[in-house]
Amino acid sequence: MSSDEEEEKRIPISERKEWLDVKPIPQDEGPNPVVPIAYTDDFRETMDYFRAVYLSDERSPRSLDLTTEVIHLNPGNYTVWHFRRLVLESLGVNLHDELNFIESIAKVNSKNYQIWHHRRWAAEKLGTEVAKLEHDFTKKILSLDAKNYHAWSHRQWVLQALGGWEDELDYCQKLLEEDIFNNSAWNQRYFVVTRSPILGGLEAMRESEVKYTVEAIVSNPENESPWRYLRGLYKGDMSSFVQDPEISSMFLNVLKTKSNFVFALGLLLDLVCHGFELNEEFKDAIEPLRSSYPDPPESNFAIIICSVLETIDPLRSNYWSWRKTNVTS
Amino acid sequence: MDLLSGELEVEKHVKYILSIEKKKDSFESVAMEHLRMNGAYWGLTTLDLLGKIETVDQDEVISWVMQCQHESGGFAGNVGHDPHILYTLSAVQVLALFDKLDVLDVDKLSDCILWLNFMEKNAATFSPCLLDRKLDICGLQNEDGSFSGDIWGEVDTRFSYIAICCLSLLHRLDKINTEKAVEYIVSCQNLDGGFGCTPGGESHAGQIFCCVSALAITGSLYHIDKDLLGWWLCERQLKSGGLNGRPEKLPDVCYSWWVLTSLILIDRVHWIDKVKLARFILDCQDKENGGISDRPDDAVDVFHTYFGVAGLSLLEYPGLKAIDPAHALPVDVINKIFFDRK
Ligand SMILES: [Zn+2]
Repeated sequence: MSSDEEEEKRIPISERKEWLDVKPIPQDEGPNPVVPIAYTDDFRETMDYFRAVYLSDERSPRSLDLTTEVIHLNPGNYTVWHFRRLVLESLGVNLHDELNFIESIAKVNSKNYQIWHHRRWAAEKLGTEVAKLEHDFTKKILSLDAKNYHAWSHRQWVLQALGGWEDELDYCQKLLEEDIFNNSAWNQRYFVVTRSPILGGLEAMRESEVKYTVEAIVSNPENESPWRYLRGLYKGDMSSFVQDPEISSMFLNVLKTKSNFVFALGLLLDLVCHGFELNEEFKDAIEPLRSSYPDPPESNFAIIICSVLETIDPLRSNYWSWRKTNVTS
Repeated sequence: MDLLSGELEVEKHVKYILSIEKKKDSFESVAMEHLRMNGAYWGLTTLDLLGKIETVDQDEVISWVMQCQHESGGFAGNVGHDPHILYTLSAVQVLALFDKLDVLDVDKLSDCILWLNFMEKNAATFSPCLLDRKLDICGLQNEDGSFSGDIWGEVDTRFSYIAICCLSLLHRLDKINTEKAVEYIVSCQNLDGGFGCTPGGESHAGQIFCCVSALAITGSLYHIDKDLLGWWLCERQLKSGGLNGRPEKLPDVCYSWWVLTSLILIDRVHWIDKVKLARFILDCQDKENGGISDRPDDAVDVFHTYFGVAGLSLLEYPGLKAIDPAHALPVDVINKIFFDRK
């Protein structure tokens, strides 16, 4: 339903016979308000009737319909949602219908806190039977905006409270195929790998995840997310990180292209600081990236890496020069 | 920064903020009705940073703010609405701007803040949420008057920040078990050094601001790996000079606030290019009619005008009052609250 259509069809509440017994209560704005509020007529009238049923605490079907109208006009009003929950409970309404209502609102207002709050309230009441429904719902919202923070939060909550872990890694996979730069999907991947009750945890998943991540890095070395993900995979285990031959060849692969190597050098610097020994092949790969050759010549490669980074990443040159001062020879 | 001095359209921004009240029937004002308290905080703090707060009638503002107070002690977004913790913080901040915190019944209000926070967490299971019910009924309040740790579980870290900031401004941090609050915030820290809204949630600059500020206010910054978080935060700066809130997102003036405050609180702000960021914010001004937008050439609003001016203040732009990054109020206001107590 477009809002145009809705406006054409709207009959003023004062002309509807079921509302004849209610006296609308206008907004009290106080004297000369700082940020006075202006209303469109429809909105003003609807809010005036809402105030009337709210103040008399009328938990009736017509009050429920009225909150629907108000929410369509302005879904950001906390009080209206709050009152709607009271009415829904008092009337004992089937909350599956409520899920459909929320979905229709969320499709156009997917960044509104109240909607997600309300959704969670309804889903929690309905329990594990709606786990799949909830995952389908967030999928729909994420298909419109794959980085919607509220949708991801809700999805994580559903996984932990209601379940539905089985397809989650595949879902991350699919989203990353669509957009390998989607940091939210990378975060979700880490969430699944570390928290899913069926995958066996980080240790069990590391080998296959490293393989996947290295491929993602080599095809887009300028993508910040997989670099951070890779660090996460080796959480608390720097020595395996340093010794993994797959990691070494990934570095060489990226460095030899001589472009988009900022993240590669950044991680390499961390590894060198943790005892990673650069062999001749590494040194040969780094050498052509240099633009300055101090006199006397610098032989510490951690310092050389910092100097390269200072030059190619000027926005953060202070960060890299600070890193340089921390290199112990 | 001195090179850019004179580029901030101070007079026009003041005019823009004061004009918002005259724009009748605009869609924004209708949609803003329920969060007018936030709007008042953004507008008034901006005016104060610009040194122009005397252009508003403080008695009118305060009388309106007090009309928004619910009998439970909490504040609503507007007269006749329900109290909410989001608006309660804004109301306390507005009163602080005018040095009027003494009009509050501080104990009643701080109990209410904890109550609202508890409801935020329990909205799903705890209903109907009746505000006049007492906290002790829920077994939350201990005999010594402090509150059990339960209220911190699973709550969005935004609300942890709001409660902590509010209680700090009211000198009532002793009402809560800060250790529990801090423990929960720390559990939301990710491997990239950032924070999400709940444990495992994606790092997001807005959420990082809430967590870092809450840790700063409670004296718990030692929980943070400052170098790691600092690096993640400084990676948020893009070639345009602007900051984004997550990897691969567009730059936005409001992130000047979320990212900069965090960098300042962990003492790593020199890791970004401050002049380029100031340039970006200044380029988001409407040079004709005043106001600041999220990105150059977009429509302005009071929210981004506040974040733009506050961001420039954090960058020590000449002529602006300094702002306290954790409490989001001018430093002179904060000093009055914490150092001039009668
Ligand atoms: Zn913004």
